[in-house]
This record gives sequence, C-alpha cells and structure tokens, in this order.
Amino acid sequence: MSEFGKGYRILKKEILSDVTKLMIIEAPQVAKKAQAGQFIIIKIDSKGERIPLTIADYDREAGTITLIFQEVGKSTIHLGTLNEGDTVDTFVGPLGHPTEIKNYGTVMCVGGGVGIAPIYPIARALKEAGNEVISIIGARNKSLLFWEDKMRAASDELIVCTDDGSYGRKCLVTDPLKEIIGGGKKVAQVWAIGPAIMMKFVTLATRPLNVPTIVSLNTIMIDGTGMCGGCRVPLKEGAQFVCVDGPEFDGHAVEWDSLLGRLQFYRDEEKIAADRFKHECNLDKAMRRQ
Amino acid sequence: MAELTPKERMAIGRHEMPVQDEKVRAGNFDEVALGYSQETAIREAERCLQCKKPQCVEGCPVGVRIPQFIKALREGKMAEAVKEMKAKNNLPAICGRVCPQESQCEGRCILGKKSKPVAIGRLERFVGDFELTQRTCPLVRAKSTGKKVAIVGSGPAGLTCAVDMGREGHSVTIFESLHVAGGVLVYGIPEFRLPKRVVHAEIDYAMDCLGIEIKTDYVIGRTLTLKDILEEFDAIFIGSGAGLPMFLRVPGINLNGVMSANEFLTRVNLMMGYLFPEYDTPVKIGKKVAVIGAGNVAMDAARCSLRLQTMQSGGHNPGEVHIVYRRSRQEVPARDEEVHHAEEEGIIFDFLTNPVEILGDDKGAVRGMRCVKMQLAEPDASGRRKPVPIEGSEFDMELDTVIVALGTSPNPLVFVDAAELQRTKHGTVIADPITGKTTVDKVWAGGDVVTGAATVISAMGAGKRAAADMHKFLSA
Ligand SMILES: Cc1cc2nc3c(=O)[nH]c(=O)nc-3n(C[C@H](O)[C@H](O)[C@H](O)COP(=O)(O)OP(=O)(O)OC[C@H]3O[C@@H](n4cnc5c(N)ncnc54)[C@H](O)[C@@H]3O)c2cc1C
Ligand code: FES
Repeated sequence: MSEFGKGYRILKKEILSDVTKLMIIEAPQVAKKAQAGQFIIIKIDSKGERIPLTIADYDREAGTITLIFQEVGKSTIHLGTLNEGDTVDTFVGPLGHPTEIKNYGTVMCVGGGVGIAPIYPIARALKEAGNEVISIIGARNKSLLFWEDKMRAASDELIVCTDDGSYGRKCLVTDPLKEIIGGGKKVAQVWAIGPAIMMKFVTLATRPLNVPTIVSLNTIMIDGTGMCGGCRVPLKEGAQFVCVDGPEFDGHAVEWDSLLGRLQFYRDEEKIAADRFKHECNLDKAMRRQ
Repeated sequence: MAELTPKERMAIGRHEMPVQDEKVRAGNFDEVALGYSQETAIREAERCLQCKKPQCVEGCPVGVRIPQFIKALREGKMAEAVKEMKAKNNLPAICGRVCPQESQCEGRCILGKKSKPVAIGRLERFVGDFELTQRTCPLVRAKSTGKKVAIVGSGPAGLTCAVDMGREGHSVTIFESLHVAGGVLVYGIPEFRLPKRVVHAEIDYAMDCLGIEIKTDYVIGRTLTLKDILEEFDAIFIGSGAGLPMFLRVPGINLNGVMSANEFLTRVNLMMGYLFPEYDTPVKIGKKVAVIGAGNVAMDAARCSLRLQTMQSGGHNPGEVHIVYRRSRQEVPARDEEVHHAEEEGIIFDFLTNPVEILGDDKGAVRGMRCVKMQLAEPDASGRRKPVPIEGSEFDMELDTVIVALGTSPNPLVFVDAAELQRTKHGTVIADPITGKTTVDKVWAGGDVVTGAATVISAMGAGKRAAADMHKFLSA
C-alpha cells in the first residue's frame, strides 16, 4: 500500500458504469503539459505494475488529470477499489505525442467502450479548431456507455450505438461509419479509439475509400519512455514503439493480426493476478465482517 | 603483527571469494558472491607490495588511491580506509561488485605477472560494505552557494555528479524518469550480482548527507524539457544513459517470445517480476531460451532466465539457456567473473553462431531460430577479427524464448526541443572529453549518453570531471 503522505492524490472518483470508473488525480507537473492524445503511466503501490492510461481530460489550473478506466485486469480492478483521498505511488507523464490538431474540414471521431474517454478531448480540440466533427460512440450495452452529453457538446453530430440495442442504434460503430463515408460525405480524417479489434475493423472500413484513419494503441508497456521495446507495434514498414512514436498511428499501416497476438502474450498471467486480487479482496471483506 | 617482507607477502595466495553453491544459487536471486570476512580481507590486503609507482591506480578510471586504502585496511584503520576510498570513489560498495577489475586495476597489478593480482575489487567491496553500515565518513556539504544545479538521470554518472556538486554547497535536484533512482544499477544489473539494498543504501546515505532532492517520475523531454529546466537552474548535467535497445534486423522479431534484454531485465529487476504474483509484473520464460550477445547484459539475462526456469519448475530445472554469440570465447566482452559464474551455473555457450531468422508457429509464437556458423577472418587494421558466415552451415535451434542483448544507444527523448545540443550520428551527445561541456551554454553531459554503453566506473568518472568543471563555472 502507498506510504502515507507520498504519492499522487485521488481528488474525485465517479462510477460511470459497473466496470467503468473516473478518477481525477492531482499531478500538477503532468497537467501543465498534458494535451489531447497523450497518456500517463500509473503504478499503484510498491508491488504494483506500471500501466498506461490515456488522458481523458486535464485541468492546468487545478493541476489535475482525469482518467477513465475499465476494470479488466488486476491493476485496474485495484485502482477501482481506491477512494477519494487515497494516493498512488507513481504517476508519470504526459507521454507519447499529442494529437495533431488543425482544421482538416470534416472529421469523424469513433469511440468504442472505454475508448470514449480518450476520444472526447480529441473531438473537443478538433471542434475548437474549426472542424465539422461527426462522432460515433458505441459499447456492448447501455450500461457501458458514458459521456454522451460531453460528446454531444464536442460534436456537430453524434451517433450512439450498442451491440445489443439496449440504447441508441443496435449496430457496431463501423455501420454508421460506412454509411457516412460511403454516402458521399467528404471526410478528411477519422480517429478511432477503442478495443484493438474495433480499431482494426474501422481501418478495414475506411481503407477502400482511402480515408486517412488514426488509431490510438494501448499495448503492454513498462517504462513508457522507449527503454524496453515491450510496447512495439508491427507496422508495414517495421516495428515502432507505441510509447514514444505513438500512441497514435496510421491505422492502415498497422499489422493488426500480429498486434492482436502480442496483446495476448501475458493473458494467463493477467488472469492469475486478477483472480488472486479478487480472492484477497474477498478475504479482506470476510475478515472485516468477523 | 610484525611487518611482512615482500617475499612473505608474495607467498600468500590470492583469497577466493566465498560464493553461494552453484546448484543452490541457480534457484534464487540472492547474491552470488558473499564477500570477504574481516580476517580474509586483512590477509588479502597483506599481499599488496605498496609499489612506489602503483600501476593499479593508473588502471583505475577514477584513480582510486589503492595502495593507501589497502594499507589502512590491513592496519585495521577502517575509517581511514574509507576516507582514502571516498576521496576518489563515492560508491565503493557498487564498484567493488561490478567493475571489470581484470582489465583495470587488477589487470595492472604487479603481482599478476608472477602469480595472481591483489583482489582489489573484493577489498573495495569490503570497505564499501563496512561504510554502509558504520557510516564513519559522512559526506560534508560546504556552505551554501545559492546556485541551483539540475541533474538528468540518477545512474552512476548523475549520482556522482550530484554528490560532488552537493559537497561544494550547490543545491542539487535530480530528475529521474523511473520510479526509483539508480539507473542501470536498479533496472539492469540483477539482485544476485548487485543487491538493491546496496544501491539504495549508497544513494540514501549520500542524499541524507548532502540534502540532494531526487524527483522521480519526471521524464525530461515530456514532463519538463531541458529548456524549462534552464529557466530555473544555473547548470544542468545530463546523465541519461544509453537506454534504447537495439533490435536484431532479422525476420520474426515481432513474434511472441522475443524481447529485448532491457524489457526482460526491467521486468525481473526493477519490477521484481521473479516474485510474481506477489508483485504484479509478470515475466514469462520458456523452457528453451537463447540470449543473443555476450556482454554483461547478455550474461545477466541468461542467468536470470536460468533462475526463473528453476524457480518456476520447483527446483529441478529441465530447461536450457543458451548464449548465442557470433565471435569466439576470447572476444567475449562480459566481465570474467560473470562468464565464469554463468558457466558454473550451466549456461550453454554457442560461440561463432549468428541468428538469421526467428521462426514462428501458426499462433505467432517463437518455435525456433535459424542460425549460421561463423568463422573469424584474419585480423583487420584495428586488430579485430571479423566474423564471417560459413556458407551452407545453417541449422535450426528449437526455442521458445529469444532475448536480444545486442547493445543500446542513448534515448533521444531527453533532447526534445533541444536541437542546439549537438549529437553524433550514433545519437551520443558531443561533449568535451575532459570537462563534459556540451555545445549548449550551462549544459554538461557524461556517462553512457556521451560514450554509448560503457561501464559504471567510466560513467562515475565522467560525472566527477563534469562536476569539477561545473563548480568552476558556477564559482566564476
Ligand atoms: C544489464 C547490464 C549489466 C551491466 N553490467 C555492468 C557491469 O558489470 N560492470 C560495469 O561497469 N558496467 C555494467 N553495465 C554498464 C553500466 O551499467 C552503465 O555503463 C552505467 O550504468 C552508465 O551509467 P549512466 O549514469 O551513464 O547511465 P544509466 O545507468 O543508464 O542511468 C541513466 C538514468 O537516466 C534516466 N533517464 C533516461 N532518460 C531520461 C529522461 N528523459 N528523463 C529523466 N531521466 C532519464 C534513466 O531512467 C536512468 O535511470 C551494465 C549494463 C547493463 C544494462
Ligand atoms: S513501454 Fe518500454 S519502450 Fe515503450
């Protein structure tokens, strides 16, 4: 557990869905430089791992960074158990290159699942730069959706969809995307952030029409500074490091199948760690009940 | 004890370092070399002939006063031995463990001509370890100068520069991108060779004495740029090392199971992956591992692999770890002691072997490596014998893990927004070899970021020389 008085304080915690949480964390030196598209690395305590999370928002005056994360592995589940006032040991950033914001004309922002969080500051910045912004957000079901209002405010048009039809249109994010770009609308560039498999299908949809498509990759990382190469992504012209060359890449250059394979490498260990943590939490609860 | 004659001194044999049994140590990460006892240290120190013109000192990149500290040690004057040591070397417990003594001080020792050199490194370690617990010779900070010095990177170069600047009374802040200080000493060199407690203790001791602030989690080039720092500080020393791993240019490098030695060692050492799942960072090791390269980094990766295999198999290791190197035994660049320990532990050395392709299975995982046999050509102008492939000698090794340890270069991240700072085409910073001064005003650099991957002691030497020049500049 974090030592008292050391570390970065959680100022606010919000539950966006059963498995999606928002946290505002105090880190003035990071907030001072943060820009849309960048990420941070967080390590909860002395035994924790270093994991990357995209910057969902920042407030330079308040010196805070907003994170949104889905509880999928040990570290994110653990982070989700922390409360306002708690601290985390390590919080480094901002890392990676920011999104290149300028007036492109008409652009589209596609956010899937927890990818809605990082797509939001990009959409907002693109709109502020004078673009016509058409956004699509989607999730497996209604309970996993969040920030519809924020996305609506940051977009000229917003399409909401769920896989199971429990909210908005019942479809995958790629369906409205194909309709819009296929319908003759001149789209200068698409940003897509979400699960790797979603990003892969977005790039497959935009490739035939040659619409430049930027994806933001979230690979396994350790240092986040180019030191280990663990985050490397196979591109058509050779491997690059997501942490320093990305996290945004031309989606049409990514070797998706190889990337999807690399993301699976530690799957067994991730399960062991998550199960162990849940087990400890249950023991903890049981102890407290006694 | 009566003074010994030189003849009597020469009659004493070099004292072996007590080590953990090779079978036992292959299954743990505890330190291999256990250190001399006081009796052994004094006895070993008696071997020194106290040469009038000591060659050993010439061989030391920082000129440690070797005969003086050895004399004090054998007379039982430990505090004095420490003082002599610390006059030139701030981190003796570290250097005593990791310096390539055979090509430095001990390589020049006159005794080595007839028998074996004085075990200077082991004596240095003895003195360093004594001081870590006894603290007889605290560093003293001169009256505050009011000047602010920033150090980028907390490896041996940065730490040494920080300590010397702190002693002169400057106010020093170290910026480190990782969550702990120490550089390669904590993320690269494994626990069984250099226990973390030694590194932490050396750093804490120096920081306590001198009031140096270490800001971890600061990535220069991102969190702050050199320009930002220059606005607030009177001088900067860049000691950001050579942390960028080079990958092999062969097909198959993105397969699952291929990683850089940096990734592997960082998982194992910095993140304590060998204690997964108690620690969160996993590290996966296969049953058949090949480490490509034969430097210290390769030896460390191979020996960590072996330990992980043993631990994960519950004691009896059914696996194999190979060192694949394109030159021969003679050219191996790692420290002698490490090669010797690796051999004892059962690492298999495949000399004159070069990988040409990493082979994958249908799931995108490593299943083997195609290699070619090499031979050494006649020495070229520089005297180096170039390895050349033997035609038609390709063969396949069956493997599931490939660790690439082919060297590193400086990480360019620190140079974001610093185009004026000139660098070579290899990415190393151009700095004056004596003073460490770079092409930018108020900025010095030293260690691996200037030389490319080198040694702990040469990085320390560079940190020291730069500190002297920086102090001169700030006092002018
Ligand atoms: C596995 C391994 C084994 C080795 N074994 C030996 C040995 O036995 N004997 C020996 O003499 N040498 C050995 N070496 C070499 C030796 O460790 C290095 O030469 C030495 O550490 C270089 O010191 P340095 O201070 O220049 O850099 P480093 O030790 O690399 O320290 C640089 C520090 O700067 C930090 N940094 C980098 N970029 C930034 C940034 N942008 N912002 C902030 N901080 C930054 C890094 O995180 C790091 O902490 C070994 C190296 C490795 C990798
Ligand atoms: S996370 Fe280590 S190089 Fe990118």
